[in-house]
Amino acid sequence: MEISIINYGMNNLYSVQNACNNIGINSIITDDHEVILNSKIAILPGVGAFREAIQNIKNKNLDKSIYDFISTGKPFFGVCLGMQLLFDESAEFGSTQGLGIIKGKVSRFDSNVKKKLIVPHVGWNKVSFNNNNYKNSVMKNNLNKEFMYFVHSYYVTPQSKDIELTSTTYQDTTYCSSIITENVTAFQFHPEKSGNNGIKIFNEIKKLL
Amino acid sequence: MIFPRIIARLDIKGPNLVKGIHLEGLRVLGSPSQFANKYFIDGADELFYQDVVASLYNRNSILEFIRNTAKTISIPLTVGGGIREISDISNALEAGADKVAINTAAINNPNIIKEASRIFGSSTIVATVETIESENKTYLAYTDNGREYTGIDIFEWCKKLEDLGAGEIMITSIDRDGTGTGCDTYLIEKIRDLISVPLIAHGGIGVTKHIEQAFLSGANAVAIASIIHYGALFDNEFIDNETIEGNKNFVSNFKKFKSFGPIDIKKIKNELKDIVPIRDK
Repeated sequence: MEISIINYGMNNLYSVQNACNNIGINSIITDDHEVILNSKIAILPGVGAFREAIQNIKNKNLDKSIYDFISTGKPFFGVCLGMQLLFDESAEFGSTQGLGIIKGKVSRFDSNVKKKLIVPHVGWNKVSFNNNNYKNSVMKNNLNKEFMYFVHSYYVTPQSKDIELTSTTYQDTTYCSSIITENVTAFQFHPEKSGNNGIKIFNEIKKLL
Repeated sequence: MIFPRIIARLDIKGPNLVKGIHLEGLRVLGSPSQFANKYFIDGADELFYQDVVASLYNRNSILEFIRNTAKTISIPLTVGGGIREISDISNALEAGADKVAINTAAINNPNIIKEASRIFGSSTIVATVETIESENKTYLAYTDNGREYTGIDIFEWCKKLEDLGAGEIMITSIDRDGTGTGCDTYLIEKIRDLISVPLIAHGGIGVTKHIEQAFLSGANAVAIASIIHYGALFDNEFIDNETIEGNKNFVSNFKKFKSFGPIDIKKIKNELKDIVPIRDK
């Protein structure tokens, strides 16, 4: 299979698969270790709660599949919660350990009725390139300052600025909205829900096959 | 920066796109997928499907619409109407919806919001509140698409919904729905001061100015229906008699009793872009 979409029992797997179908990529939603390892590209999607997601991943031994796949050097993508899960830890429910693949932490946006700080961040927002990482990424196709679709209450802070692919500003916070490190690329936004800009990303992913 | 959203709302009854006034007197306008596709192309930030008679029809019809939409439309889709149990949410998401909207089930059992947001994440759960203004700026909640009185004060209820884990709240002014007379800005401002999750204003938008007023009152998004449905019908080519079932008189004679103008989302965004930050491409 060309792309495996890793199924750890939390949605939204189908919109990622729809995006693949729409541009003619074969994909499979799977939790099978062998299927994941044998695919050319793996995507870790996800919407939902960090702790529940990590528990599901561990219960299904998918943490091993993810580590093993990444160590093959084949392209691996995380989307939204699937990006956050790659980090060391999240501030959700005090503190919850992540997969530890990317050094850094996951924090919650401040919400405040009086200051009109609105959380979650829901809607379209711009992504900016602040370094040259985009040149070797699936975002190289004129996506600087373009709109992507976001839905999240937590955001990542990588330990090293060097892996930042894009940043985004929401209310009073400028944060890292995508990262790239060797064969791992991950987005806080949803390319599968970002209209034509997202399709550009999927078209670049297709070229990696 | 927050970019306020324009959500195209489609009320769906069986195979038809419908629209009423005060959520009643539903008129058949056409095929939902034809309108949805136009709104996507015109630059809608999201789509919202409301199954207005979910309890009376086979659920499969709306799931089929969701499936077809998800195949071609790559912006977020929220689905409301008839979401009663966790399995209804799973089914809608599996069909391709990104979020679900819940009103009646939350009033009957507030814990569904808590449980659903734990399982699917808060941002997947939109709580909808439908209200009619009674005496002295009191607003009470209604369920079943405006049919059932609950006696619940909506301001307390909105706070409770946020505490339970709703990721967004959509407020429908039944008084304004379908009238095109503007949003209830008092209602929007009052709720804005109580909650910190995104607020979607619905009901009353007839011209672009009304959208601006809703945003300036604190809405993070507006759900619009009549303004764009009727706007689309000004284009004769758009009227598709083949797929409309039931009473077609309204669509055939639409221009005789127009209260809305020939406008679309592209024009709306063009009119708004110098006033509020807006996604323009």
